[in-house]
Amino acid sequence: MDGKVRVQATINGQPVEFLCEPRQSLLECLRDVLGLTGTKEGCSDGNCGACSVLLNGRLVNSCLVLGVEVDGQEVTTVEGLAGPDGLHPLQQAFIDHAALQCGYCTPGMLLAAKALLDREPEPSEERIRQWLAGNLCRCTGYDRIVRAVQDAARRMRREADAHAEG
Amino acid sequence: MPMPRDEHQPVPEEPAPLRVIGTRPPLYGAVDKVTGRAVFGADISLPGLLHGKVLRSPHAHARIVSIDTSRAESYPGVHAVVTARDLPEGAGERFERDNTLAGDKVLYVGHPIAAVAAESPHIAEEALALIDVQYEVLPPVLDVRRAMEADAPLLHEALRTWSLAGQAASPSNVAEHLQHVKGDPERGFAEADVIVERSFTTTMVHQGYIEPHASTALWHPDGSVTVWTCTQGAFPVREHLSSLLHLSMARIRVVPTEIGGGFGGKASSYVDVVAALLARKAGRPAKVVMGRDEVLKATGPTPGTFIRVRMGARRDGRIVAAEAELCYEAGAYPGSSVGSGADTIFACYDIPNARVDGYDVVVNKPRTSSYRAPGATPAVFAVEQVVDELAERLGIDPLEFRLLNCAREGTRRVSGQPYPRVGFAEVLEAARAHPHYRAPLGGPNRGRGIAFGYWGNWAGQSCCTISVNADGTVSLLSGSVDVSGALTGIAMQAAEELGLELEQVQVRVADTASIGYTDVSAGSRTTFGTGLAAIEAACDVIAQMCARAARLWGVPVETVSYDRAAFTTSLDPTKRLSFRELAAQLSATGGPVMGRGNVDGDVLRRGGAPGLHIADVELDPETGKVTVLRYTAVQDVGRAVHPGNVEGQIKGGVAQGIGWALYEGCFYGEDGQLLNPTLLDNKLPTAMDIPEVEPVIVEVPDPVHPYGVRGAGETPIVPVAGAIANALYRITERRMERLPMTPAYILERMGVI
Repeated sequence: MDGKVRVQATINGQPVEFLCEPRQSLLECLRDVLGLTGTKEGCSDGNCGACSVLLNGRLVNSCLVLGVEVDGQEVTTVEGLAGPDGLHPLQQAFIDHAALQCGYCTPGMLLAAKALLDREPEPSEERIRQWLAGNLCRCTGYDRIVRAVQDAARRMRREADAHAEG
Repeated sequence: MPMPRDEHQPVPEEPAPLRVIGTRPPLYGAVDKVTGRAVFGADISLPGLLHGKVLRSPHAHARIVSIDTSRAESYPGVHAVVTARDLPEGAGERFERDNTLAGDKVLYVGHPIAAVAAESPHIAEEALALIDVQYEVLPPVLDVRRAMEADAPLLHEALRTWSLAGQAASPSNVAEHLQHVKGDPERGFAEADVIVERSFTTTMVHQGYIEPHASTALWHPDGSVTVWTCTQGAFPVREHLSSLLHLSMARIRVVPTEIGGGFGGKASSYVDVVAALLARKAGRPAKVVMGRDEVLKATGPTPGTFIRVRMGARRDGRIVAAEAELCYEAGAYPGSSVGSGADTIFACYDIPNARVDGYDVVVNKPRTSSYRAPGATPAVFAVEQVVDELAERLGIDPLEFRLLNCAREGTRRVSGQPYPRVGFAEVLEAARAHPHYRAPLGGPNRGRGIAFGYWGNWAGQSCCTISVNADGTVSLLSGSVDVSGALTGIAMQAAEELGLELEQVQVRVADTASIGYTDVSAGSRTTFGTGLAAIEAACDVIAQMCARAARLWGVPVETVSYDRAAFTTSLDPTKRLSFRELAAQLSATGGPVMGRGNVDGDVLRRGGAPGLHIADVELDPETGKVTVLRYTAVQDVGRAVHPGNVEGQIKGGVAQGIGWALYEGCFYGEDGQLLNPTLLDNKLPTAMDIPEVEPVIVEVPDPVHPYGVRGAGETPIVPVAGAIANALYRITERRMERLPMTPAYILERMGVI
């Protein structure tokens, strides 16, 4: 296919410019064009959630978004979760609760959980389970993932409180 | 600690206190996995990389009349097109070869026929549409019982049934008829006061790993090849490549990547040879990544089955006779898991008279592969409902009935082997003592079921090396890939044996050029078998370092011992060197120390792992929807090296079992098309569907392992469908004779629809 399109976006807080074919999905652009292979492909039809990323803070399956659509937008991937001070509370909680086994669904699961906690800092277990139902995990049976998200929520609320007091 | 322990030596009542084994350190590699740094199959990238796509059969059964690839070859951006003609003449075993790239026939929808390497996956896909294949379409056979009939369409004209009587004269879709007989089944049934007989059918189910298969090949100017692939076993992939490419193993290096789930399905090789052929023909590295529809259409599901079970018991509660007929769909080529199904079906029980007949049957569906305790789940789904019915007819509590009849040490299995020490009774007793078993159900339309399952762990062959670093740390190389935490458990056994902290053990998965042959990570063998290799390598390190200490001190090596991370000699109590102190002196005392462990675990007689599951379910009588409310899984794991990982295996296995029980399946149309090739229609359980499973670990040490370890990963899936079926019986008073137990099926059984 002729004619690549120039896309300017903010990815994980950094301005990024890249060329992509109009038919390439955001998932393909992240992985094959930008080398951000932390985002995984499990089905490419929106059913497994392994490719979950945040688009302007909103949870999307990056296989269902075209690369050209992110022009001028902000994208957050798993590579953007950890900060200079270390792991994101969700990442640490996933390790502490053994909320991963093979680790393939983990990046998508982390982004999905972040999208939830960013808008609902204190979700119930039911709400977490419902929210994460778009992200398939075949190894864990999910309960440790739910526990990790609950624990991360607690840590994030504590951090937010400390920040507010400080 | 000596290794392996003599099997006749009694296991000490009070095992030595352990420092590392039994703790719950973070999973090896977890930080890389939560940050996106872990490299999985499709994450491999190389300069000049081409992307491969595979052309697959649209027909379930057809003769290939011709293949014309010329238009695809001249398509801009295409660098190579390959078909079976690109495989060396006569290379490989026929069925392996034909399943990699079809020869004269296609045998299932999705059967690979040709492949294209191009500048991008999109160009490769476009080029696939330009390959012209002429077919002579043949009638397919999709059902295992239909395939066994004399007038069924034949998949392989040369296939003749193997049985105890030898090979049959006429062609058949039945590749093998196996039989186990113990005692006198007819006399046993004559003694029985109650006889129950039922037949069951189960559908093919896919392993459902989230990572599709991916393989990348790079040829070097000397004619050698490197292949990066997500696999459960790099060495079997190397053997497969060697056989199909007619290439020396010394010219193949297989580098296993992280693996995004396998559950048996990545014990088979699908795209490795294709990637290698494309890369060689194109003269550039090539990567083949499967799409989800390709995974569901063309990679190993577990067999669909027809199983008939008949069992008889006396009024006193003893099972006196049993027989089973197991017919398993192998898919397009022989090799279903009927063998382990037949081995497992009566494995939990001490039955004096029994007969098991197993049939391995080819049908026009993808070649089946292993799936977590291959063959066992359908068999146990069948037998546990019959056992439950016997208990009911005799008026005995189902758990007490199982305790009355469970296998014990020395019980001879129907398949021949006597059991070593295995915690069948201990598991049942732990279940009986668990509050769940007597807890009130708390509502209408609820039922509780139990089921008892077993998986006889495979041990296989494994290699590890341990190199001592000058600062007293060690580097452990494992021949096994890291499937769901196994590497952590292997490193923990090495650390325990060496007297080191886990942080002092660096552990990596080796490629096939760096260590000796190691079997696939499968069969619940990895923590056991490769753990044994790690222990042996650690013992080798200690022996070599004892010799160094002896040299330093000028004492006979026999006087040097190693305990609690220190070397001492019985000749001089003032002499003492820590592991770290001696490691620092290796360079000056003879050079590096590297220990090796290379074991064949199969020479050790050993038992497997029984599990008893308790399931509470609720049925919506209007819609037929089943909700699993509470679930307890009791299992003998020998010794839990990493209890957190063991619990993770149990939770994950039960989750897969729940999906298999209630909705998962590969459903085919009459023409052999897979009707649900997406994860929307081939529904896997979500976070909404699985309750918090409670694992209960029972530790009856396996006498052949120094720390008593048994394999733990597969048993957790085995009893699930049976336990849920028995729970549904309490609500519906109907036995469930089909998997999956969909709402429609349950309502049908209840006579609602």
